[in-house]
Amino acid sequence: MRASDRAEEILEQLWILTKEQNKDPVTVEDLSIDRADPELNELAELRYIKLLGDRIELTSRGLKEAEAAIRRHRLAERLVMDVFDLKRSLMEEKACQFEHLLRKEVEESICTLLGHPKVCPHKRPIPPGRCCMKALKHPKSIVSSLAEMEGGEKVAVAYLVTRDNRKLQKLMSMGILPGVKIDIIQTFPSYVFRIGHSVVAVDREMAEDVFVRRESAQN
Amino acid sequence: MAVNLNRKRPQCHGAADMEIDAQRSVVLVGSPNVGKSVVFGNLTGMYVTVSNYPGTTVEITRGRLAYDSRAVAITDTPGMYSLLSITEEERVARRVLMENRPDMVVHVADTKNIERMLHLTVQLLEAGMPLMLDLNLMDEAERLGLRIDTKVLKERLGIPVVATVATEGRGMDELKKMILKEDILPSGPPLRYPETIENAIADIERNLDSSYGISKRAVALLLLQDDHEIWQMVRDREPERYALVDAIVKHARERFVDPLSYIITIERQRFINTLIEDAVENVGVKGIPLRERLSRLSMHPVAGVPIFLGIIYLLYEFVGVFGAQTAVDFLEETVFGQYINPVANRIVSSIIPWKVLQDLFVNEYGIITLGIRYAIAIILPIVTTFFIAFSIIEDTGYLPRLAMLIDRVFKKIGLNGRAVIPVVLGFGCDTMATMVTRTLETRRERVIATLLLALAIPCSAQVGVILALLSGSTKALGIFVMVMGTVFLFVGFLAARLMPGERPLFYMEVPPLRWPKLSNVLTKTYTRVEWYFKEVLPLFILASILIWAGRITGLFDIVVKLLSYPTGWIGLPPEASKAFLYGFFRRDFGAAGLYDLKTSGALSGVPLVVSIITIALFMPCIAQFSMTIKERGWKMAVGMAAFIFPFAFVVGYLVNLILNGLGVVL
Repeated sequence: MRASDRAEEILEQLWILTKEQNKDPVTVEDLSIDRADPELNELAELRYIKLLGDRIELTSRGLKEAEAAIRRHRLAERLVMDVFDLKRSLMEEKACQFEHLLRKEVEESICTLLGHPKVCPHKRPIPPGRCCMKALKHPKSIVSSLAEMEGGEKVAVAYLVTRDNRKLQKLMSMGILPGVKIDIIQTFPSYVFRIGHSVVAVDREMAEDVFVRRESAQN
Repeated sequence: MAVNLNRKRPQCHGAADMEIDAQRSVVLVGSPNVGKSVVFGNLTGMYVTVSNYPGTTVEITRGRLAYDSRAVAITDTPGMYSLLSITEEERVARRVLMENRPDMVVHVADTKNIERMLHLTVQLLEAGMPLMLDLNLMDEAERLGLRIDTKVLKERLGIPVVATVATEGRGMDELKKMILKEDILPSGPPLRYPETIENAIADIERNLDSSYGISKRAVALLLLQDDHEIWQMVRDREPERYALVDAIVKHARERFVDPLSYIITIERQRFINTLIEDAVENVGVKGIPLRERLSRLSMHPVAGVPIFLGIIYLLYEFVGVFGAQTAVDFLEETVFGQYINPVANRIVSSIIPWKVLQDLFVNEYGIITLGIRYAIAIILPIVTTFFIAFSIIEDTGYLPRLAMLIDRVFKKIGLNGRAVIPVVLGFGCDTMATMVTRTLETRRERVIATLLLALAIPCSAQVGVILALLSGSTKALGIFVMVMGTVFLFVGFLAARLMPGERPLFYMEVPPLRWPKLSNVLTKTYTRVEWYFKEVLPLFILASILIWAGRITGLFDIVVKLLSYPTGWIGLPPEASKAFLYGFFRRDFGAAGLYDLKTSGALSGVPLVVSIITIALFMPCIAQFSMTIKERGWKMAVGMAAFIFPFAFVVGYLVNLILNGLGVVL
């Protein structure tokens, strides 16, 4: 059984207070909720928390569950920020809706897509998942910026960062579009790559806005 | 590059008996570096500067195609990747389409990159242009194993398609026939966009009253993609509907997270991909061809350096040794020294009895013995050898590779790698190079490049004279190169700090390495040297006359006397001030004056190096100054001059101080 969205948020808050702010003990007032809240009961029934009067304590099961919820939340923020490129004010709202939709399988692929980010847009750490541990052994993420690539790699464009219109126009005019295959020739002193049958040179600033998928990583 | 040297040359075609169809006009458009100018040359018999890098043509050129007793007007345009303009060249090309209402538009495309090229084809169709597609550079595509089914393209796009190799004349007859015979009706828009965008397009179309020279659908698409020039146009022409159009676009924009230009381009890409799948077969080739290996070596951060130095060395041997020494010595000493000067002196003195008038033509400062001798004996061989070498280098496609290698350094001085083209050209002629700075993207880059060209890039004529002057001493040459390099970087660095503006971005297509064609190299050298001479010779003659007049009136001596103060401060003998006076006309003229002083033994060692450096930092010449006025405006040109002349003397003073302080003996 899964905790409700509201219960999950309480769980996250609890985790931040205990793990990141080292608050001990955590009371009902700290969470600014009512003792009679049905969600507290729900969490207690799921055996995620122990209620000792006004004090609330995470069980080891709850701790795990809370960490996973935090991870989903912060990944959602990254997703909304990096890929959908929403403004910060909008981000909070959308990320909150997204996090509850992220389930185990999706969560891992999103994390991989984002290149196993270590911090959320607010610079708070994202707890690593199983996919991150795996990625540590094969440290290259599947999608990353062209600026992080090395000479000799074969990649395909995943998406362009569309924040700066000036750069976007130029990239598109050279035929750098999603799905297009790129052979990287060299990365210093400029980024040089073959796209279709022509060779293009760009500086780091332009390369940073092109996100690519490694061809070999798909196989 | 840029310089349409022969726009005014009389055309060899167009005899009186031809039926001239003045109504029919044909415009050539296409991406940069796909050979539009070669196609144009083939069609009209006119030569337009052709090079192997993008952005060679910065102006529109008009000519006439005459074939089988019919003639049409042909217009060549600067390269455009897209109707959505980024650069000034693209705006110029788009204006031609919008203002000229051509009867036919020929899209010249690079076949090997057909996938990218078709984006413009699609946009031209959307714009309602009577279009024809010319698949040029077909030989390169074939070499790469591409097989193109032109029939499929013809049917699916609904336009005539022809395959050509313009440099070899392949397919040109067919193209000519099509241009003259076919009457093309604009075919409809080739694809439909997502519903939201189509609705917005329809709404905008309904609200546009005035005519734009391109279809309203294209105008709507450009508005959705946020094209500033088109927005301005709509603001001016539809004052009442403007707010409504603005609201429609805003509404559409809000429906997507990404900019509409991105969404629209991706839709086009999808359409093109399905087309390519049916029309193009890639047979492929095995292994990495030698050409490709060489290309990679030339761009390699380590291997690229010796290649660059090797090219500089060859350039030095050809221009600095062969041109500036062997050829100059021969012309100067044998041709002029033994034949022309004595003969001219004899003839003039036998015709004109008055010494004063004789001096106008001959003797020390005469038109023949000074003006023409400088121009023919010293400048001509140097400029010619430089332009031969430069034409070869640019036709191989090396310059974009150099741009890519040097980009990081140029970023420090507020430029980007692209500026390497005007800078290298500046070593040929600063006036041409100043004109070419307009291909740089931002005003800031254009100003910095113009300043650096005027200050620290000596043109070939001057480099040649300097090399001849310093031929005896590697040490002196080393000091010269070091000082000029430092000034270039230092002033560039300061200018970049002082001038606010957007950081330059570097992006450039690197063309394949190609064998330069001898005929193209020679024609290009010829047109450039001719252009140069038209600029230079009158100036030289004018200078001779002014000096002559100045000497009779005594003004010359006064100015020379006045100039001897600053030249004295930088440690030079009084005779040198004459050379500095010439330097105000043209700095190579000044350097040539130094050459005479050195030959006569009046100047050597440290003062020689100091005077060379000071004159090399002067503004290049009157022609370059007027070009700066034309491109950057009065204020900027005068401001630059006001900085450059005193600065040149300051540098000369410092170099003198340092060399003497260190006890350098040259």
